[in-house]
Amino acid sequence: MTSLTDPPKESFRLGMLIYDTRYRSLTIQVVALIGFMIFAAWLINNTLYNLAEQGKNVAFGFLSDPAGYDINQRLLDYNSQSTHWRAAFIGLLNTLLVAFLGCVTATIIGVFVGVLRLSNNWLIARLMTVYVEMFRNVPVLLWIVFTMAIMIETLPAPRDFRGESPDASMVLFDSVAFTNRGVYIPEALFSNGLGDLAVLPDRESAACQPGEDGAVSDACGVFQISLDLLLIVVVLGGSLFVSGLIRKRADRIQNDTGERPTTWYLRLGVVLVPTIAVLAVLGFHLGYPELKGFNFQGGTYLRNSLIALWLALSLYTAAFIAEIVRAGILAISSGQTEAAAALGLRSNRIMSLVILPQALRVIIPPLISNYLNLTKNSSLAIAVGYMDITGTLGGITMNQTGRELECVLLLMLVYLTISLSISAVMNWYNDRVKLVER
Amino acid sequence: MVDIHFVRKSMIEEQEPPAATTGVAGWIRENLFSSPLNAVLSILSIGFIVYVLSALLPWAISPTWAATSLGECREILAGHEGACWGVIRERWLQLLFGFYPKELYWRVVLDFALLIVAVAPVLFTGLPRKMLYFSAIYPFLMPWLLWGGSVWNPIAAALGFVLGYFAHKLAKPALGGLAAVILAFVVPIIWWMVLSGPVVDALGSVLPLAMETVQSRNFGGFMLSITIGVVAIAISLPIGILLALGRQSNLFIVRSLSVGFIEFIRGVPLITLLFVASTLLNIFMPPGTDFDIILRVIIMVTLFASAYMAEVVRGGLAALPKGQYEAADALGLDFWMSQRLIIMPQALKISIPGIVSTFIGVFKDTTLVSIIGLLDPIGLSTSIRADQAWNGVVWELYGFIALMFFIFCFSMSRYSMFLERKLQTGHR
Repeated sequence: MTSLTDPPKESFRLGMLIYDTRYRSLTIQVVALIGFMIFAAWLINNTLYNLAEQGKNVAFGFLSDPAGYDINQRLLDYNSQSTHWRAAFIGLLNTLLVAFLGCVTATIIGVFVGVLRLSNNWLIARLMTVYVEMFRNVPVLLWIVFTMAIMIETLPAPRDFRGESPDASMVLFDSVAFTNRGVYIPEALFSNGLGDLAVLPDRESAACQPGEDGAVSDACGVFQISLDLLLIVVVLGGSLFVSGLIRKRADRIQNDTGERPTTWYLRLGVVLVPTIAVLAVLGFHLGYPELKGFNFQGGTYLRNSLIALWLALSLYTAAFIAEIVRAGILAISSGQTEAAAALGLRSNRIMSLVILPQALRVIIPPLISNYLNLTKNSSLAIAVGYMDITGTLGGITMNQTGRELECVLLLMLVYLTISLSISAVMNWYNDRVKLVER
Repeated sequence: MVDIHFVRKSMIEEQEPPAATTGVAGWIRENLFSSPLNAVLSILSIGFIVYVLSALLPWAISPTWAATSLGECREILAGHEGACWGVIRERWLQLLFGFYPKELYWRVVLDFALLIVAVAPVLFTGLPRKMLYFSAIYPFLMPWLLWGGSVWNPIAAALGFVLGYFAHKLAKPALGGLAAVILAFVVPIIWWMVLSGPVVDALGSVLPLAMETVQSRNFGGFMLSITIGVVAIAISLPIGILLALGRQSNLFIVRSLSVGFIEFIRGVPLITLLFVASTLLNIFMPPGTDFDIILRVIIMVTLFASAYMAEVVRGGLAALPKGQYEAADALGLDFWMSQRLIIMPQALKISIPGIVSTFIGVFKDTTLVSIIGLLDPIGLSTSIRADQAWNGVVWELYGFIALMFFIFCFSMSRYSMFLERKLQTGHR
């Protein structure tokens, strides 16, 4: 609040700290700061006193002790002798995994539903409205436990796949098995693979000593990257880069001559040929899950806790994304379409050059805040036993060590870091696409 | 040169529109089969609806209302698939009220009925303004009805605010504005911290008006969700307004503190805050303080809701044209007066739909308390399944809970949409 004041004539008096607007803001801030510091000191003092009463201290050393519990769904090597740090890290990766998968599927479903809600087909539009309202108005936790119950109660047990005439069978040419323990899908295997690369290995440790076959164990290093995967990513990236160059060249020719050369087969070839060649050289093949004994072996095993969480979070968030997409499309006035048509643009060009860039400006910020919500909601994994960071650090580690303060602080710090990085990206994007107005 | 040979002199009869464009057939043609793609989509969705209903209806319509255990349900169904509705008949009161004493249910019902009366004048502007007096009394009435205890407790709590008001009113002419404001804060605090306890005891011994006390651990079901949600939203509104003002302020330190608080709370999941409530909050307090778990959860959910509320109110403040602020300044109003008389009435009006959706969000999020062991509907569904008679009942319970949440949330979101439409026509 600014207001005019007379030029200072009188000398400074104590009362001016309160009644003079030039000094008052300073007074308020100092009082606020002192108040906040007293409050913080009071909290910390209480905490330290109470912890001392209970015979505890604030230390993070316990994180280097062996965790002593197992994590069933993991992306990296882990066993019960690994440290609490390692457990928390595995949990963090699991959080990021389900958040990433959830964001991708939620976006796909959400865009689909949002567009269909605007369909002029009465039945489809109503059906999508029912979907959106159904998911938005029921708590996500209920959806998660409900999906988990569906997985456990309705899918066949692995033993139903056995025998001459089994009660259940695998789908997609015997490659995917839906069971009440989870889903088994084929895994990518390389018959002449390049092996793994240990990241940050500790050469002295026992795990890094080459075994009899010359390979080091999985536990070497902080984690290991498959060199095959690395090679494929590099080749694919290079191909995409070359494909981009071809497109740029086509743009330049179009600018110079007005004629755009046909390049799609060239660009497709540049991307596909090297990638397929690399896959062939590495001996790429799929490893199918097979029923052995009472369970499936081989393939990639997605536990039903992961599937339930993933599905429920995607469906729930998709309902919100659908509304955002619908609002975004409705926000673009029909005059834009008509003006673009008057300029002589074709309808797909109108969509890609006029409508979408404007709609995205409306859609992206709330979309990203929904990604953020999905990531935070993934902490409900604890309700179905998926070992994300809340389940490891905030669950078993906290209960085993009794270090509530440290665990909750670390947990909050991790989520805060994720959230703030996502909002930083969002702010950057907002600044970039913001309409420049008066 | 065109020769006009024929000019019609009379109107021809109006013709019926083609049969295919009117009535049911026309509607179906236009809305379901206007193009090949639409036709395929329509047939697919009709197939989907038929599939879902043919699976759901035979299951839902099952004569198991009177059953007293899952085994009895199976006997009645005799091998057919079907729901076991006996569990809902036997336990619906528990899902609504938790373990609240049966003979005291009327208190909860009365409480929430009065809640509607108290909130109505805020939500619907057509009602008499005098009802707002009741809205002001209600916050003191509500906890007394739920928890019971001496009638003097809520009266003493309310008296603190009355004392603060009179301290301000009496001190202002005598001591000046600032001293009056300080007194308005100090007097009630002294009253609550020091005096009210002995006074309540004395009054209680003279005139023992009290209701039966109900322990927090008996709270459960939807009653718990609604209590947490309503209390959190009601308290978070003033805190949220202050935070929003702080965030908009020019004062650097005030702004940083507000931004820090808001972003911190919004950046962490509610479940971590509930962990704080269940394990840490008593450690933060002076030794000997022992809030019960429901109170601790309410405190943390309130903090959580405040941050979201602050963002909603900030949106309302940002939506106001700058001219409103400038006009208030031009009238010579000071900061608080311009907020109270010009800015807030308009900004809050714009924010009501956002406030309602925040409330829906918080209400849905109250289910998370089941993770820290409170008996909200989801927590109760687990404990009902732990009963021998109902071990294995899943869909009926989840379906009932989902339906209840849907009814609550859907009606609130419809109200918020109605409000949005109503406010669009007025100027903002």
